[in-house]
Amino acid sequence: MRFDDYDTGGFYDEMFDAEGRPRPGNEAVVNRFSELSLDELRTRQQAAEKALLKMGITFSVYGDEQGTERIFPFDIVPRIIPHGEWVGIEAGLKQRVQALNLFIDDVYHGQKIVKDGLIPAELIHSASGFRRECLGLDPPGGVWCHITGTDLVRGGDGRFYVLEDNLRCPSGVSYVLENRVVMKRSFPRAFDAARVLPVADYPNRLLTLLQNLASRHGAKPVVAVWTPGIYNSAYFEHSFLAQQMGIELVEGRDLVCVDDRVMMRTTSGLKPVDVLYRRIDDDFIDPEVFRADSMLGVPGLMRAYRAGNLALANAPGTGVADDKAVYAYVPAMIRYYLDEDPILDNVETFLCRREKDLRHVLANLDKLVVKKVGESGGYGMLVGPHATAEERAAYADQVKADPRNFIAQPTLSLSRVPTLIDDHFEGRHVDLRPYILYGKDIYVMPGGLTRVALKRGSLVVNSSQGGGSKDTWVVAGGGQGQGGAPC
Amino acid sequence: MLSRVGESIYWMARYIERAENVARIMDANYHMILDLPSGVDEQWEPLVVTTGDEERFKELYAEFTRENVVKFLTFDPRNPNSILSCLQAARENARSVREWISSDMWQQVNSFYLMLKDASRRDGSIELPHEFFVEIMLASHLFVGLSENTMTHGEGWEFARLGRMLERADKTARIIDVKYFILLPSVEYVGMPYDHIQWAAILRSASAFEMYRKRYGQIAPDQIIEFLLLDTEFPRAIHHCLITAEQALRNISGTKRGLFTNPAEKALGRLLADFDYTQLEEIKMYGLHEFIDSLQTRLNHIGSTIHETFFALPLAPAAAPSQPTE
Repeated sequence: MRFDDYDTGGFYDEMFDAEGRPRPGNEAVVNRFSELSLDELRTRQQAAEKALLKMGITFSVYGDEQGTERIFPFDIVPRIIPHGEWVGIEAGLKQRVQALNLFIDDVYHGQKIVKDGLIPAELIHSASGFRRECLGLDPPGGVWCHITGTDLVRGGDGRFYVLEDNLRCPSGVSYVLENRVVMKRSFPRAFDAARVLPVADYPNRLLTLLQNLASRHGAKPVVAVWTPGIYNSAYFEHSFLAQQMGIELVEGRDLVCVDDRVMMRTTSGLKPVDVLYRRIDDDFIDPEVFRADSMLGVPGLMRAYRAGNLALANAPGTGVADDKAVYAYVPAMIRYYLDEDPILDNVETFLCRREKDLRHVLANLDKLVVKKVGESGGYGMLVGPHATAEERAAYADQVKADPRNFIAQPTLSLSRVPTLIDDHFEGRHVDLRPYILYGKDIYVMPGGLTRVALKRGSLVVNSSQGGGSKDTWVVAGGGQGQGGAPC
Repeated sequence: MLSRVGESIYWMARYIERAENVARIMDANYHMILDLPSGVDEQWEPLVVTTGDEERFKELYAEFTRENVVKFLTFDPRNPNSILSCLQAARENARSVREWISSDMWQQVNSFYLMLKDASRRDGSIELPHEFFVEIMLASHLFVGLSENTMTHGEGWEFARLGRMLERADKTARIIDVKYFILLPSVEYVGMPYDHIQWAAILRSASAFEMYRKRYGQIAPDQIIEFLLLDTEFPRAIHHCLITAEQALRNISGTKRGLFTNPAEKALGRLLADFDYTQLEEIKMYGLHEFIDSLQTRLNHIGSTIHETFFALPLAPAAAPSQPTE
């Protein structure tokens, strides 16, 4: 099906430039898709969706009584990034994660950055992810944020910006891996022609990282993925990762703490655990230290952690750097800790805790996106231009009542990618979440999860709010204007 | 292996086996009905008695009609032993152990469940019952075949085998008991084709018709009972199920034949020993119904000892064993 009638609509389009020519690296895919009829494309789209359903790649929707599972909607048109461009993104992400890790370590030790006057102490201590209990802790190798899923967006100017850092338990990597399997199966020729960098070694890299965290030497360390349970919306991913790494998937009820060691209940008695890749918030991991009402946690777990008998990825307390007000200071952190200029920019951010910013935000609510600093997943935010006057007024009251809890950003004109809608291609807005592993060195998965807002005109890409996903192809070669291989 | 994982695998296998058995007895009954002389009522009540859910059925339905019974046993979510409920439970269990079973097994449980879910949306009436029930039985066989060929034959696999065999022994026992109970009073039919048809249906309910024929030839009630209870080679015969279950249990703990290290091994080993040395005459002297009643009590007891031995570790850390029992 041809792209002749495709309209970029004045947005930055990932596949076509303003003149309607395929961007570098996109030629092979544009050619191949043009050769296929609508029926063929639809058949493949349906086959892909069926495969995802059969594989059980679903998420559960909260608040739905039936516990309905849905597949994360998937679009077959890939989002393509030429390698030449990717190199810059990769370097920017490494730099950022390195600085963030130094920041977290500083927060829980000397707080030099506060003493040097770059960040107000009050901002750090009031962040919902700050854990006083973690002061003075030394995670193995000095790494706090082992797994990061940074959200990037491309603006109308064609540049990538960091939207959120997601240092706690970023999810979605399983979709990247499974989408790739499905795309290879559905479009082997286009895939072959485009020369796509592989992502399939992610589980192996993650396993190596986790094993290296174990303090016990000699014996093969026992590593497990810790899930809140089958009713968690990301349960599929937890079990998928455990399966791919060949390690146990545990729940809180499988674990018990004996003499400052975390043990799991097995059919032949208790067995020690060395490393937990926990997909559960700090608040719930140990009722003795954090939330006492946690039913998911393991009493005594933090004692085992402090004693060095257990490693946790990510380290408790990491969430302090996930606060959206702290986010605004990341470029300053990069300069402060690394003495480098940031490679990737932040989105301009107004901190409502500042009197001047607050006045600006309240006066421009119809133009801004306002977010709660501690939330993620698209919850609790106001998209000013799309909200009614009443919604804005109600939101303004919330902001005034607790300015520290809010930040605002200009409404970005996110880039778009052609997406198969009914019987033709239409542009849909996308973001990008690459996954970064911080072990002995820093690894950035080539590509990552491209989330797409499937509703026409929508900017919200979250799966809980009508978003879907696409496979992301980092294609080999410089990608600076040269043509791709013929199909 | 985590206790929770062992338990989930065990129940996953049991629920799939249960679903398959329910499909099989319904299929056998449909077959039998088509052969009945006109004027003889269709019998659907025994099916519900076989699954042991008579009381729940009576709460939900007025009569044991074909429509009601098929709906109750196939799609009714209010019946925890309906095929749909069994598959939902099997799938929930499989979902919690996806990292243990193979992807192929998971996909098979998932597709199996989705197939029933789809069928239940089509207003519950079954156009071609035979095709439908055969499809269910084949889906179960495919699952077992995948377990055989894609999963490591280690501890998890043994738990699946243990669950499957105990479930099968229980269901074969119920089929014999219920049918025998119903057949006995109808003395006026003895020796008539109708009687023959019902006995053949019992064999079909256990997929045993052809294998029985090869072994004994003529349809004779005593030999059918002997075959389904005491045969050591037919895979749905209770004796065979117990032999396999006991092997699985010993492989899990590593205990040699003749010894036991936990209450589950003791209970199952003792039951198997009884079967090893029991003859049909003795069963008849004891009373078939009484024999099966006692068998089921003992199977239930074995189920609870397995739970206590492997799945229910004490919750308080102080009470937990500091050394593995192995």
